[in-house]
Amino acid sequence: MGRLLAACLRRQLLLAVRRPVEVVNPLVFFLLVVMLFPLGIGPDPRQLTEFAPAVLWIVALLATLLAVEGMFRGDFDDGTLEQLVLAPQPLFLPALTYVFAHWLLTGLPLTLLSPLFALMLQLPGKAIGTLMLSLLLGTAVLSLIGGIGAALTVGLKRGGILISLLIIPFYVPVLIFGSAAVQFAAAGNSAQPQLLVLGGMLSLAVALAPFAIAAGLRISVDAG
Amino acid sequence: MTAAAHAEPLLKVHGLELERGGRVLLSDFSLEIYPGEVMMLEGENGSGKTSLLRTLAGLARYGYSGGLQCNADSLLYLGHKAGVKTLLTPRENLRWYCSVQNLPLAGLDAALQSVELTGYEDIPCHNLSAGQQRRVNLARLYLSEAPLWLLDEPFTAIDRAGVKRLADVIAARAAAGGAVVLTSHQPLPSDYPVRRVSIARQERS
Repeated sequence: MGRLLAACLRRQLLLAVRRPVEVVNPLVFFLLVVMLFPLGIGPDPRQLTEFAPAVLWIVALLATLLAVEGMFRGDFDDGTLEQLVLAPQPLFLPALTYVFAHWLLTGLPLTLLSPLFALMLQLPGKAIGTLMLSLLLGTAVLSLIGGIGAALTVGLKRGGILISLLIIPFYVPVLIFGSAAVQFAAAGNSAQPQLLVLGGMLSLAVALAPFAIAAGLRISVDAG
Repeated sequence: MTAAAHAEPLLKVHGLELERGGRVLLSDFSLEIYPGEVMMLEGENGSGKTSLLRTLAGLARYGYSGGLQCNADSLLYLGHKAGVKTLLTPRENLRWYCSVQNLPLAGLDAALQSVELTGYEDIPCHNLSAGQQRRVNLARLYLSEAPLWLLDEPFTAIDRAGVKRLADVIAARAAAGGAVVLTSHQPLPSDYPVRRVSIARQERS
């Protein structure tokens, strides 16, 4: 079992190293949108501060959404997904590894770069810790939920819009609690309740999403 | 492992009805595959050979009805798709496959040698020819310990010498107590007895 997980993780990271564009794309998207906001809103720091938590969270959400569709696309197209489905081990284990690799390559870099973007949007320094923590937990939830959508739509020729329709409703609670945490921290209050809720969402998603992803992949492989 | 030790069929299909895209491809189709058998599915294009193989492999979960019982603890399915990551090298591809199937890595070099990819082990697959990529996929046959092989057009893009070697490994697997089901439009260049099963195109009414 450990061997399967290590092999799948190694492979996903190796593929990312060989095609770095797919890793860099969401980050560039994040950067560009965050750069556009001060131009659109105006240079008033107070207004920027007010919008910063929501902006940072919405852009992080969209950047994840952008990357999530490709989670199983390549493997479906070249048939390696079939081999994975037919493997003797349960499918939810590699499914979890795919999500983890996806998060390592999108959610984690977004989180690590977020202080820079926070400064561009005049977010108070005291909220940056909370921003990072909320993104760390939240992007993991987004990757897990996105994985379900990706697994269900990978067999379709054009799953782009459908995956958004499927998973954005489930992204809403993450967005609400994530940006609320940052808003509370920016106002000088404790963001612990929101962070705890995000942690709870993550626990629930880690426990359930891999099974849903595995089921979705089996359905998609059937269609392929 | 001898054929006599497995009196029961590796795969048993009873009263299978297969439907794809609103068309009935097979109805009341029954089939038993015993250890030691090489079975060739024959039928014209569109008669449902691939759909049948995918159903037998357990890849298709819907669109069929009837009894399907697989007694093999693992199986190898080789489909139309490349089954190879072009960004990875042949060695990396097979290493991943071995890990996923829980096979020892020891036979990896021998398998690559068997499909004549010596010297190409560490070149990314997108730099290999179509036939060589196909060989990377076929190297799985030399690694597999599965008793049941389901091969969909295994000879595609393979040269004549390669086809002969492939026929030998198929016959060897059956002789060792395994069973092989394959589809092909060319005869198997081997002395091993081949059971032919014809899938006639169903007339739609």
